[in-house]
Amino acid sequence: MVTNMKTAAPGATASKERRGSFTTISGRPINQLYTPQDVAALDYERDLADPGTFPYTRGIHSAGYRGKLWTMRQFAGFGTPEETNRRYKQLLKAGGTGLSVAFDLPTLMGRDPDHELSLGEVGKCGVNVTSLADMETLFDGIDLGAITTSMTINSPASMLFAMYLVVAEQQGVAWDCLSGTIQNDILKEFIAQKEYIYPPRPSMRLITDVFAFCAERVPRWNTISVSGYHIREAGATAAQELAFTLRDGIEYVQYGVDAGLDVDAFAPRLSFFFNSHSDFFEEIAKYRAARRIWAHVMRDRFKAKSPRSWQLRFHTQTAGVSLTAQQPYNNVVRTALQALAAVLGGTQSLHTNSLDEALALPTEEAATLALRTQQIIAHETGVANIVDPLGGSYFVEKLTSDLEEEALAYFDTIDRMGGMVAAIEKGYPQREIAESAYKFQQRVEERDKIIVGVNEFVSEQDEPIGILYIDESAAERQLSKLKELRRTRDNVGVRGALDALKDGARGSANTMPLLIDAVRAYATVGEMCDALREVWGEYEETPII
Amino acid sequence: MPKIRVVIAKPGLDGHDRGAKVIARALRDAGMEVIYTGLRQTPEQIVAAALQEDADAIGLSILSGAHMHICPRVMELLRENGMQDVLVVVGGIIPDMDIPKLNEIGIKGIFLPGTPMQEIVDFITRNTRSRVEA
Repeated sequence: MVTNMKTAAPGATASKERRGSFTTISGRPINQLYTPQDVAALDYERDLADPGTFPYTRGIHSAGYRGKLWTMRQFAGFGTPEETNRRYKQLLKAGGTGLSVAFDLPTLMGRDPDHELSLGEVGKCGVNVTSLADMETLFDGIDLGAITTSMTINSPASMLFAMYLVVAEQQGVAWDCLSGTIQNDILKEFIAQKEYIYPPRPSMRLITDVFAFCAERVPRWNTISVSGYHIREAGATAAQELAFTLRDGIEYVQYGVDAGLDVDAFAPRLSFFFNSHSDFFEEIAKYRAARRIWAHVMRDRFKAKSPRSWQLRFHTQTAGVSLTAQQPYNNVVRTALQALAAVLGGTQSLHTNSLDEALALPTEEAATLALRTQQIIAHETGVANIVDPLGGSYFVEKLTSDLEEEALAYFDTIDRMGGMVAAIEKGYPQREIAESAYKFQQRVEERDKIIVGVNEFVSEQDEPIGILYIDESAAERQLSKLKELRRTRDNVGVRGALDALKDGARGSANTMPLLIDAVRAYATVGEMCDALREVWGEYEETPII
Repeated sequence: MPKIRVVIAKPGLDGHDRGAKVIARALRDAGMEVIYTGLRQTPEQIVAAALQEDADAIGLSILSGAHMHICPRVMELLRENGMQDVLVVVGGIIPDMDIPKLNEIGIKGIFLPGTPMQEIVDFITRNTRSRVEA
């Protein structure tokens, strides 16, 4: 047994360590040194294998980034569709290779700008999209057949996706040529980010409807991005992020199978989304463990036959929660290191946060610098020349196995509760995360964990930086456009489409075609969501502190 | 000495409740009586909760940028209900340029990311003393 007490060479003076214990940011104890004994149980072919080979611990592509670099996908959106359209064109011109839409809170919550809860929120955290007219503007002059688009939208994912499909149709781009992702992950909303509308079970139906629709009509679209990002941001440890995300993935696959879908028809279009936090090796190990776990889940638990169902593909975003309002330029360094971990872990696409994001949405300069950070990693550091360069490291392999083991233990607990929906209804993952968040905060208070510029190396006075300030003009413009839309569209057609949607929701029809009809009639996000609220009701959580 | 009673609220549409929950627990661990309203509370609901709970302080957690709409409304409702002696503090992402405006409408404590929990505990303790002991 190797312990961290006895690793000094015989005869050497045991040097005193500078602290009593060493732990990762998640609180995981770390030994002083790792040796072949730590990985003695691993079998190369069985547990690691070459990249591109089951269980894909070392990566899903045999050539790694030599074949294709990761997609540099910067999440952006603010104010009106007109303003955001300009930002997208600038990002594409700067060498960004995919778009990623950030919607504002009214859109995310399925409320029109004139709803009372939208007061002060329109265009603040992202772009406001109320109807198809806004989606047309958002992608004006951008060829949807030539780019891939990710849309961070969950409860109203089908509605916004329907709008995207209709814009593609208007541009003359066939749906089977479209490629991109909708987040469409409601379970992590109940667990962490809390942007839910309907109760869990009808919410799951909306998602399986998208799986079925896309398998047939939009085969290259990633129908879900099962997200650990928000779970981590809410305070989860690395192991909890890994466990809850993959267990959510299992839940979606199970619901798809239960809805009568062939697992290999929809599983290859599932994608994942992880956080990249500051503890470098723990993050790299997390991505490697995720691939290995998922390959086994899909092959062994769901009996999927297609290797494409076994391969876990993921997007990564650096940890927003790690950014500090104090000494904001330090955030550039944090983000660069987190991005490097994601790349060493083999991410398929990456968003790097901007230095000003603990203060506001990013300015154009800050967003460009964040993209440049990725370009430097890709083209200057040499890390993209080799696949899984840390494979075989005693430490990284041991961490990978430990994280896997911890995640599998969580799977057992959640399986015993009757699955993730049942666990959420019991408040289990919510409670686990709240506990970890509080523990971490205590460690920061005790200065057991150091955050540079916050609880150590503090400056007397931070030099203020210029930030993006979103005023009320976006709300005013969106409100007046909405008024005009309601005056000029065929309101009888809208009513008919919404009634058909309600009927379909009461029965078992696939909701996607019905939503596409409503979108074509220029029904608003709020109207479509309200129609389903009438049928399914709204979810209210019991808060846990 | 009676316990300080604090209502912690998440107004607006945002659901990012990590900060609200961590601070609720820290205040509770510091011996205060904490009432957490849960998500998506209108200013009316928050003030009603404070009234019903006889709160000494209200803590608002706002990260979405809607603070310049929500805070003035909460202060107005407190005034209308004769609750000017209730301490209001705000935590979250508040641009520097808005801080003087919030101070002006009577919001005494504004806590930005990275504020130690103990600082918030001390601030609330200090600024509710006269009300709690009254």
